[in-house]
Amino acid sequence: MARWGMVIDLDRCTGCQGCVIACKAENNVPAVGAKEAVRGRIISWMQVLTEVEDHDQSGEKMRFVPRPCLQCDDPPCTKVCPVYATYRNPEGIVAQIYARCIGCRFCMAACPYNAKYFNWYRYQKEGPGQNPDVSVRPKGVVEKCTFCHHRLQRARDRALAERRELAPGDYVPACAEVCPARAITFGDLNDPGSEVSRLAHSPRAFRLQEELGTKPKVIYLAEGEGRG
Amino acid sequence: MADRADNRDAVLLAPIERTGAGFYWAVGGLALLILWGAAAYSTQFTSGLGVTGLHQPVSWGFYVTNFVFFIGISHAGTLISAILRLSKAEWRRPVTRMAEVITVMVLFIGASQILIDLGRPDRLLNILRYGRYQSPLLWDATSISAYLTASIVYLYIPMIPDIAILRDRLDRRKLLYSVLAMGWRGTARQQTVLNRAIAIMAVLVIPIAVSVHSVVSFVFSMTLQPMWHSTIFGPYFVVGAIFSGIAALIVAMIIFRAAYGLHAYLKPIHFRYLGQLLLVMAALWFYFTFAEYLTGYYGSEPEEMKVFWSKFTGRFWPFFWAMVLTNFLIPVLCLVRLGRRTIGKVLIASLSVIVGMWLERFIIVVPTLSNPRLPFGEGLYWPTWVEWGETAGSFALFALFYLLFTKLFPVISIWEIREGREVGLKEVEERLLTYLPDPAELGPAESSAAEVT
Repeated sequence: MARWGMVIDLDRCTGCQGCVIACKAENNVPAVGAKEAVRGRIISWMQVLTEVEDHDQSGEKMRFVPRPCLQCDDPPCTKVCPVYATYRNPEGIVAQIYARCIGCRFCMAACPYNAKYFNWYRYQKEGPGQNPDVSVRPKGVVEKCTFCHHRLQRARDRALAERRELAPGDYVPACAEVCPARAITFGDLNDPGSEVSRLAHSPRAFRLQEELGTKPKVIYLAEGEGRG
Repeated sequence: MADRADNRDAVLLAPIERTGAGFYWAVGGLALLILWGAAAYSTQFTSGLGVTGLHQPVSWGFYVTNFVFFIGISHAGTLISAILRLSKAEWRRPVTRMAEVITVMVLFIGASQILIDLGRPDRLLNILRYGRYQSPLLWDATSISAYLTASIVYLYIPMIPDIAILRDRLDRRKLLYSVLAMGWRGTARQQTVLNRAIAIMAVLVIPIAVSVHSVVSFVFSMTLQPMWHSTIFGPYFVVGAIFSGIAALIVAMIIFRAAYGLHAYLKPIHFRYLGQLLLVMAALWFYFTFAEYLTGYYGSEPEEMKVFWSKFTGRFWPFFWAMVLTNFLIPVLCLVRLGRRTIGKVLIASLSVIVGMWLERFIIVVPTLSNPRLPFGEGLYWPTWVEWGETAGSFALFALFYLLFTKLFPVISIWEIREGREVGLKEVEERLLTYLPDPAELGPAESSAAEVT
């Protein structure tokens, strides 16, 4: 079975936020408005974190870290959910059932990456211009990045209709598709021939908060010679 | 046994028989606060949790703090009353009922904090339909409902003889008292069964109470978050719970002592003993806090230290040091010498501990969430009127429940006071004699000693 994963090359990331916008458009992520944004309630399944490193010799360096849900293989969020509203599916994607979530926010408190977001109000209604493949979330539930799971379902349906196996480029999340610097690579980590599993074994590869043992399937490539 | 002519304890029945203006003033005042809370919750219910000050990353705030705090207060009762009963502490007699009532009333308030905190209260029953036992929240639900059931039974059983007194004496609410008295006539057999039942419940309720605050702490310690993921959280929370519980009990006793003129029953000696218990718990609480923070500090794990410093010198310093002041310094200073002005000192210490233990819960919940591991920037949490209103309303609702209870049932156990006079005195003397060396056994030893010399 496939094990979907993502590699993000920090050498290539320019911090353009293209992935953030593509994600919001693809997944009907609501714009919460300026007032709510000031109160710290922005919903952004993909978020570009900026880290400032202070070096003695070479001065300050800015680092951009795009952070989707890391789709942990041992997710701290699913362990604490009281109602099976968040779970890790057989292909390794950490899903959220919006119709079941009771809004206790335990998973938000447990996620060490702050990758889960809450609908503090009803931020949007169903309307034109939305992606019909992704349900609009009601108020009071937690939502998160799903690796554009609806795209997987659609790709699988198409492959079935065309009587063939799912091909490597058939399923790509919106962020990976849109990245102009091609910093994001997506694919099956279980397929040893795939680009993503080749990159995941690069000596530059690392995972966020690796020491926590959450086994994220989003892998970063540290800045190499290209940096500076 | 329910002797109509026995008028020695009439003062205990007075609040049930007569209602003064003070009662209506108190109910009116509490109703205003409850109204504020109701307005707050209805606003939140219609608009969503957005009306609170919660946000990303501080997604838990006042409600979760209140939950831990109120559930903690509930340990007053049952645990203290159970321990006093089992250890045969004779001074318990006017204290136990008040403690047990706190437990039952505050558990309703504590458990409802979770409902208030939910984004989708309409889906609460999903916890039963899709309940997932791997989640500490399910452990909470189980443990708290078991505790509530046990506490209600443990409050009710020792009340039966008193309800029978009310049934025989009062002309009002005959049906209620007759049903609840369950045909109590005070026969020797009934008394034996009652005492057995009380003893069994007292033993049963202690492990349940300990489990309750342990699993409340597990909500935090089962995550990987800095300064939550700690092995001592279970006992630390239980100690804090008993600590705040005793404080709440003392405050309730002082209020009803003044309001209902119970000076003859609640004497300075009772407050002195409870004050000493509070002092011991203050020391124990300090020990746990010290151990918890010193371990974190020595390990010096960067993520832990971020939270640690935000409490010690960072944005949360006023709350942290206020907690140390109110939970340790003030109570210790008040309680070390209780010779004179006992009640005043014990009251100050207890009020201080109640504030301090609320701050302790707050300082556990919020700073950890405010300091995320990834570079998001510190989360700023400031509650809105909704959270303040809900909190005020919760306290007021608890007080109102308590007050209404005292208008229906005696707040001091009448039969246990009588039993103390009639049976207890003799029993204690006999028990004391069994502690001492037997004169029959001593005799020969003395004579043999005399022979040697």
